[in-house]
Amino acid sequence: MFVKIEVNNKLIKARKGETIMSALESNGIMIPSICAMKDFTPTGACRMCVVEIEGKQGLVPSCSEPVNEWMKIKTHSPRVIRSRKTIVELLLSNHPDDCLYCDRNGSCELQGLAEDLNVRERRIVGKKNKYKLDHSSPAIVRDPAKCILCGRCVRMCDERLAVFTLDFINRGNSTIIGTACNKDLNFSNCISCGQCIMVCPTGALFEKDCLPEVEDALHNSDKNVIIQYDPSVGVALAEEFGLKPGKDISGLIHAALRKIGFDKVFDTSFAADLVTTELSHQLVARKKQKVKKPLLSSCCPAWIKFAEQSCTDILSDISSCKSPQQMLGAVIKTVYPGISGFDPGSIFSVAVTPCTAKKFEAQREEMTKKGLSDIDAVLTTRQLARLIKLYGIDMSQVEPEIADEPYGVRSSSGKLFGCAGGMTESVMRTLPWAAGGKDPEPSRIAELRGIKGKKEAVLKIGKTSYKFAVISGLANALPVLETIRAGTCDYDFIEIMACAGGCINGGGQPIGADENVVKARMKALYGLDEKEIIRLAQKNPKICELYDDFLGGPLSEKSRDVLHTTYSVRKVLL
Amino acid sequence: MASKTHISVDKEFLVNEVLRNESVELPPDTERKLKYVRRDKVKVPVVFIGTGSCGLISGAGGTLEEAKKYLSERNIGAEIVETGCTGFCSMEPMVEVQLPGKTRISFRHVTPEKLPFILDGIFNNIVPEEHAIGQYKNKSLEPWKNVAFIEELPYYTLQYRNLMKNWGRINPYSIEEYIASGGYRPYVKIIRNYTHAEVCDIVEKSGLQGRGGGGFLTGKKWKVAHAVIADQRYLLCNADESDPGGFANRAMIESDPHRLIEGILIAAYAVGTSKAWISIRNDYRIAIDRLERAIERARDYGLVGHNVFNSGFNIDIIIRKGPGAFVCGEETAMINSLEGKRGMPRPKPPYPAVSGLFGKPTVVNNVETLSNIPAIFENGPDWFNEIGNESAKGTKILVLSGKIINHGVIEVPLGTKVKDLVFVAGQGIPDNKEFKAVQVGGPSGGFLAGEDIDVPYDFQSLASKGVYMGSGGMVVLDQECCIIDTVKYFMNFIQQESCGKCIPCREGTGRMLEVFENITKRPVDEDRHSTLERFKGVMQLENLAGVIKDTSLCGLGQKAPNTVISSLNYFREEYEEHIFDRKCTAGVCRELRLYYISVDKCTGCTICAQKCPESAIIGTKRHPFFIVEEKCTGCGICYDVCKFNAISVK
Amino acid sequence: MDERTSAILAKYPRGHRDCLIPILQDIQEFFGYLSEASLVEVGRYLDLPAGKIFGLATFYNQFRFEPAGRYHIRLCHGTSCHVSESARIIRELEKILGIRPGQTSRDGMFSMELVACMGACHLAPLIQVNEVHHTSIKPEDLKDIIDSYIHGEEE
Repeated sequence: MFVKIEVNNKLIKARKGETIMSALESNGIMIPSICAMKDFTPTGACRMCVVEIEGKQGLVPSCSEPVNEWMKIKTHSPRVIRSRKTIVELLLSNHPDDCLYCDRNGSCELQGLAEDLNVRERRIVGKKNKYKLDHSSPAIVRDPAKCILCGRCVRMCDERLAVFTLDFINRGNSTIIGTACNKDLNFSNCISCGQCIMVCPTGALFEKDCLPEVEDALHNSDKNVIIQYDPSVGVALAEEFGLKPGKDISGLIHAALRKIGFDKVFDTSFAADLVTTELSHQLVARKKQKVKKPLLSSCCPAWIKFAEQSCTDILSDISSCKSPQQMLGAVIKTVYPGISGFDPGSIFSVAVTPCTAKKFEAQREEMTKKGLSDIDAVLTTRQLARLIKLYGIDMSQVEPEIADEPYGVRSSSGKLFGCAGGMTESVMRTLPWAAGGKDPEPSRIAELRGIKGKKEAVLKIGKTSYKFAVISGLANALPVLETIRAGTCDYDFIEIMACAGGCINGGGQPIGADENVVKARMKALYGLDEKEIIRLAQKNPKICELYDDFLGGPLSEKSRDVLHTTYSVRKVLL
Repeated sequence: MASKTHISVDKEFLVNEVLRNESVELPPDTERKLKYVRRDKVKVPVVFIGTGSCGLISGAGGTLEEAKKYLSERNIGAEIVETGCTGFCSMEPMVEVQLPGKTRISFRHVTPEKLPFILDGIFNNIVPEEHAIGQYKNKSLEPWKNVAFIEELPYYTLQYRNLMKNWGRINPYSIEEYIASGGYRPYVKIIRNYTHAEVCDIVEKSGLQGRGGGGFLTGKKWKVAHAVIADQRYLLCNADESDPGGFANRAMIESDPHRLIEGILIAAYAVGTSKAWISIRNDYRIAIDRLERAIERARDYGLVGHNVFNSGFNIDIIIRKGPGAFVCGEETAMINSLEGKRGMPRPKPPYPAVSGLFGKPTVVNNVETLSNIPAIFENGPDWFNEIGNESAKGTKILVLSGKIINHGVIEVPLGTKVKDLVFVAGQGIPDNKEFKAVQVGGPSGGFLAGEDIDVPYDFQSLASKGVYMGSGGMVVLDQECCIIDTVKYFMNFIQQESCGKCIPCREGTGRMLEVFENITKRPVDEDRHSTLERFKGVMQLENLAGVIKDTSLCGLGQKAPNTVISSLNYFREEYEEHIFDRKCTAGVCRELRLYYISVDKCTGCTICAQKCPESAIIGTKRHPFFIVEEKCTGCGICYDVCKFNAISVK
Repeated sequence: MDERTSAILAKYPRGHRDCLIPILQDIQEFFGYLSEASLVEVGRYLDLPAGKIFGLATFYNQFRFEPAGRYHIRLCHGTSCHVSESARIIRELEKILGIRPGQTSRDGMFSMELVACMGACHLAPLIQVNEVHHTSIKPEDLKDIIDSYIHGEEE
């Protein structure tokens, strides 16, 4: 059903029941907004999207007002523009004026709006916001002074993650956004997933900076600086350099990292293969023991923290495998010295991840051994781009190179870990081998692909059938977790990723990605898999070497010591 | 506690002979009995003491104790009745006495000490005239000599007491007295004979507009909600009055709770709901108690509950205590609050009448709107339609306060001139001071001054002056009040009470407050740049006001700039005086005050110099001191500490 | 789990968010304030995150997060009181007690709260100490009023 509306003296067609904003957007009229988020119900808080409707007294927010037949709308009348401009000026009036020092300089929406609305003068003067910077979390920094209270982080945390860390506190002019009892982030139930950063329009939320430590290590000749990067970094970094989303530039990353001065460049996908083999064997063993409850994945540190806080009753069902980043970190510090001759103490191990929670994970007590942490510094995709720019590397002129041996070698299954469902797909390819059977011909498992919040697949090996589920977006996990508690869950393995779509949509990825960008990144990863020769984790020659030379075999005592970890109950304000 | 000695009828009688009797006139025999219940006639002397909140704060509690003591010591067979308030706040604590055969007479400021004297007199048929306010007209009773009739006092002449009919007259705890005054009969008649649509029609025909806000036709609102197909609908009574200077709803509930309940019951029937909620401000302890007791009594009489009077109508009333937020007067914010959420308004549409509390169609009505309902059915919609003027029907309850002689709650027909409210009902300004302005409608309202106070008090006429009726507060300002300071006060209130959701209201009112803070501050060490900034702020006021009005999410924000705009209309000179001359003629803005020490009075005791935080006072001991103007910040500490009244404001 | 809190909770159905405010009101009525532990307990009962409850409680004037003083002073800050210079009363009281509205003095004797309007405009300005009203007061009266409570305590 279509209705006709008159916009700026021209008739346009709109679908019945849709909001004015969506009707305008499909007709090429952009309406600015701060609080609106795709797929979320409108709150009507920011009032940036107001339009003038004939016959109405005040201006009307286009994000929540449905279209009506013959409605006469003015989208950019002087009255509307004055209002929008004044609103931006109001936000600027008490905003700290430190754009040049701000993490979001250049990607800030407030900056963009001020630019678009031609704000050129400080007409409204206000008292500057003064709040304490919250540095407490190892992953996320909060600067409430820059918060414009759009509430996007609150809704993201509530509706997509169901963690409920943030909420509005107080009222009126003293409203702030904060955690339960206004504690610092580190004492809250924040799982560090960083999705709040992705939706924050300003620099009120950003990831902890550890570039200085990395630079120090690079300059220190006593240090052997080793870097690994996540598969989803490879398909997203290009966006930071103005390229179209969905291009894998792993080759360029290798070259650039070497130019910067890293001694070794490894690929986290190698460790993903390691996770696949370990996990497959765990799964087979569990099936043999006829454990009723499903095995839960452990690769997402945000999910792990959530489980330690809120799912303490099912901690024992979470796989003990470390995440790929930590596995490789542990291998680099324990096995690699024997190969390379580096002193373990001299190794400074850096991981580039699409994730802020990995920063938290790297600091976990369980992730240290004999006083050495598996990983010394974690950079996000955004920070890697910054590092590359800092070292003056022109990415357009870099020639692709391959990663260093041995841990730069990987199967394409390892690359799939970047997407939600990729880990399960990889495990499904390896499981027959782990169960003592033959290797299957790797084919795409269509039901595990795409960005749906919950995906399912079944694998039959002989008479035994394995049932898998993939959950992305932590809020989608809650109903499944309930079924586990109720004992009605019939899955054998559940992959849980806190971020919708998995690591490719992680909290450390380039800002401003919409669903299409995420899909493009996903396509790029699956594209890698199509072309590859080694597509099974167990076929990765370096994995075999590692088991043969050092670990002995999957789930051996040695590999348990190096590759596995434990979880413990966390007491936070829930 | 009021004794029930005068009530010669029982529940059965009231239910069967009164409530179930649907004829317009009750049989003479019944009517005769009811007269005693209503105390149109009394057999023993009755002492009425107003124990509403304002009475109690004024000390009515002590008066009550004293009255009990007085009667028991002297063994007088008189009855004491606790009533709500009569509305005449500045006379509290008030005591009224009715002797058999005599008219009821009213006394002012009856403190415990004065009570024996007054009662001594009245029981001996001597009126202590200096304490009397007046007597109530009643043709069938013998009037007191030399005592004015209350209805003829200026405070009362303009009034049309419909909602306030029972105020101070009946015991708010007694359902019997309410029924005897005609109460609950319309309700019982409606649920047994009328369809939902008929009830809505009658209310629409009466022209009753919502008293809480925009003046939307109540009957129409009900129809919208009734038309939505839903398994449950809700009626929500907004008693969450948090206006500074408005307490009409509280007085209504404390004085005549059953009227509200009857209104709620009729509205609930019209909308077709079985659940009505009352959200009442938590501070209103007495009102809550009276409301709870009233619902209990109504339930006891079978007026609330399952299958009321065999009509098939089921109704339950739930009281929720509002935890205190001005914005919860906005209907969607109140709904959020009832659902256990932060009281932040939701965008409309969807309107509550379509999707409100728990997603169900919800009608939100204000206490005053609902209290109007019973009388519309008692006297017919045409009767109601004739009160008021062309644009607004019925009466409105107002609270007169501030610099005015007669403080109190009054009820006048809509369309009464504001000027008359101030100068006739309010009796003007005390101490022969000059009238400056009247602030109408609380934080959402605005000022009226000059010739504009000739405007009729109704929704449209006020709106044409840029003023909003709001909750019915009326604060009168005299020459000693500073407009800038008053606006600053309201802006401070609004920026605290804004829910903080939408930017124009949250940030805009905050910036406005800062502008006012700036122009009421002394320019100590102000450099050129900050002077410029200050001017810029003032220049932005009108722009800001326009944008806040245009874009805010809810009524609170949209009406927030009214005070500023109306003050700019009338008092531009006062703004200019504050901005350019740095002077506050009224002497209210402390920091703009210039103090000086009188050479004659100063003894040189040095206390002011010691206490001055800016060391702006210098001099020699035992000789007159003086104030260095450039250093003085106008804090007024010297003024407060001087024992010789030597310091005054220039 | 605190027994007294459980007794309050037991009066309400489990998991009904609309009971949140009445529950918090009851808890505050009983304990005088909302403690961190009570927020968590209420959250568990209603299946709500503590953060949401804290967010809600800070929105409303009624709720406080530290115990009130033995003498809780409510200052009326209505319009009528304002034009009768209640601002001076507030300032003076702040000076005498050394606390600001919403705070409790260190010895736990006094706490202060601003109220929108007590509805006794003809007696402006006024304050309420526990259940007693002091009406039409002047700034210079405050010292004596406060002293009377301190002395009352000593005796």
